[in-house]
Amino acid sequence: MAELQFREAINQAIAEEMRNDENVFICGEEVAEYNGAYKVTEGLLDEFGLKRVIDTPISELGFAGIGVGAAMNGLRPIVEFMTFNFAVVGIDQILNNAAKLRYMSGGQFTIPMVFRGPNASAGQLGATHSVSYESLYAHFPGLKVVYPSQPEDAKGLLKASIRDNNPVIFLESEQMYGMKQEVSDDEDFILPIGKGKVKRAGDDVTIVATGKMYHIAQQAAQQLSKDGVEVEIIDPRTIKPFDIETVIESVKKTNRLVIVDESHPFGGVAAEVGFQIQRDAFDYLDAPVLRVTVPDVPAPFAKNLFDLWLPGAKEIVDAVNTVTYRK
Amino acid sequence: MAIVIDMPKLSDTMEEGVIAKWNIKEGDEVSSGDIIAEVETDKATMDVEVFDAGTVLKIMADEGEAIPLGGKIAIIGEEGEDISDLLGDDDTDASDKSESNSGSDEKKDEQADKKSESKEDFDDPILGDLDKDKKQKAESSDDDESRIKASPLARKMAEEKRIKLSDVSGSGPNGRIVKADIESYEPSTSAESKTSVDVSKAPSAPMPEGEAYEDVRISQMRKTIAKRLAESKFTNPHFYETVDIDMSNAIEARGKLNEISDVKISYNDFVVKACAVALRKHPNVNVSWLGDVIRKHHRVHVAVAVAVDEGLLTPVIKNTDTKGLMQISKETKEMAGRAREKKLQPEEMEGSTFSISNLGMFGIEDFTAIINPPNAAILAVGAIRDVPVVKDGEVVPGKRMKVTLSSDHRVVDGATSAEFLNTVKDLLENPMGMLL
Repeated sequence: MAELQFREAINQAIAEEMRNDENVFICGEEVAEYNGAYKVTEGLLDEFGLKRVIDTPISELGFAGIGVGAAMNGLRPIVEFMTFNFAVVGIDQILNNAAKLRYMSGGQFTIPMVFRGPNASAGQLGATHSVSYESLYAHFPGLKVVYPSQPEDAKGLLKASIRDNNPVIFLESEQMYGMKQEVSDDEDFILPIGKGKVKRAGDDVTIVATGKMYHIAQQAAQQLSKDGVEVEIIDPRTIKPFDIETVIESVKKTNRLVIVDESHPFGGVAAEVGFQIQRDAFDYLDAPVLRVTVPDVPAPFAKNLFDLWLPGAKEIVDAVNTVTYRK
Repeated sequence: MAIVIDMPKLSDTMEEGVIAKWNIKEGDEVSSGDIIAEVETDKATMDVEVFDAGTVLKIMADEGEAIPLGGKIAIIGEEGEDISDLLGDDDTDASDKSESNSGSDEKKDEQADKKSESKEDFDDPILGDLDKDKKQKAESSDDDESRIKASPLARKMAEEKRIKLSDVSGSGPNGRIVKADIESYEPSTSAESKTSVDVSKAPSAPMPEGEAYEDVRISQMRKTIAKRLAESKFTNPHFYETVDIDMSNAIEARGKLNEISDVKISYNDFVVKACAVALRKHPNVNVSWLGDVIRKHHRVHVAVAVAVDEGLLTPVIKNTDTKGLMQISKETKEMAGRAREKKLQPEEMEGSTFSISNLGMFGIEDFTAIINPPNAAILAVGAIRDVPVVKDGEVVPGKRMKVTLSSDHRVVDGATSAEFLNTVKDLLENPMGMLL
């Protein structure tokens, strides 16, 4: 065990899997010579050389497509996007080729690859660079979507994603790269995709929160605890397949659910989880399921508006107070 | 795979059953169709049949023990099987416990009529008009006061605890009943609890020291009588109407009929028949108050109260109005006989639309009876008395019988009852009318 930053945990996962399997390679903007825009790929070029650590032109559609082609021919590419906001340019390769080729070829091809990079907002970056994409990718059959919130989950789930024979969207965050946690250095430390985790136990309200929002939920939990309200926080860690069972079990105990989701509300992950809970745990609900999301509005640039736009602990506390009928 | 045998629902109204007798013991082999126990319900002693084969691994209730509906009574499975996880509390008990633990905080805060302030509402200023629409809709739906608003969990808990949601006041938004309201609900202290009568919470009766007495176990039948009749008397606004009926023609007719009939027709049979014919003529008495609707029964099923050792039973003569006196007499005698032997099946006591209680054979002149829910009325029949009556200005000997109708004023009004009662009187005074 060693205390690692989130970026180091990802770096370790990639390096271990590249040592473990010579078919694994990584490509993307600035991943090689510059050691990664956020230093996630630091040292990989030195260890694995230019053949397996490849700097690409600023052409997301092109290198995403190279990744898909490589995967079809038996390699296991890791395609890094400088941010998923840029992946929109290459999304045809992700949604139409990576996600559908196994299906359309009747299983003749598998696409064992990972698309990874920072997701969602990271401060004042403007409307086009602040989008949280988990709901969008989770909408499409054929893709797995992983969104870890902590270094240990990131390492275990990235290794699982690289070993998975399906395309995986692996979401990170610029604002989480510096977070530290004790992380297993076992070379076979794998966390299963599709398994959530109860990260804080409580009897009063269940909160589901992924990625950056998980940390906001923890802040809210601390404030609520002072008021005598103990929330249970579930980090699903994987958006798709979604571990609804863990949420159902928790809701049976707490009878209340608040979903925190950094993507927009309409048709988002929170909408899907809320739907499944009302269907499968209807008789256990003592209040309507509430969600805390960014509004149905693009991210503003101005700091005062951006702070209003991004969900914070206050909005979570308010939602918890509403479902517990405390206000 | 071990199978838990639950206390089955052996009658429509039973809430618990007492194990009268076990026919099995632990270790016995049973096969599908075996009668494993006899259970005393509120109405009769019934057989419990097993639907699976296997070894009796555990008997979970003693003879004489009362087990609530759905409670575990035995486990059947393969010999040596591990059943430890089946031996725990019932699910309902377990969830009740955890719920009462977690709910304590919420009780403090009861005023909760504020709008949710999740992030979605937060951007109201941006959505402007749309949101206004939403609010208006929400407000207009509040006007619908007849619908009881309750969270799904509160509904389920109320059902399990047999609490009527209409008795609970909701502390949530728009009066929504929530978990905390069900947990803190106490029927005995609630001023508005007009329908829930908990007969088990009777006042204690302090006795002077040295008094001799014994406390007798309350039978299922007695419990049911206590519960149903207390509920009826305390919730149905009863009113009473009495008529004095000249029985001389009925006596004469009965004498003649009994000369030719196989079975001896009683005066009570005349009353049953007269009521059935009168109910057909006055369908507004053949009804039930169901809270949200009034049910008008299309068939006439008259129940006759029969005294038995432990209390009373009410066998039902189905489609009474279509049956002749002989048929009514036969069925009544046969069912009354089986009622006394506790052999009556629950379905033979269900579905009545009207009831008759007759204490004439005890010489009771007149009395009032408690309505047998969900009937709207019951007729209390007194004895036929020799009385002096004035006929054509002269005092002559007469045969008179008083009957008193108790009616539920929620569904039947005084004039309706009076008309019904007069029809009964006419039919008994001119029994030929019953033939029409």
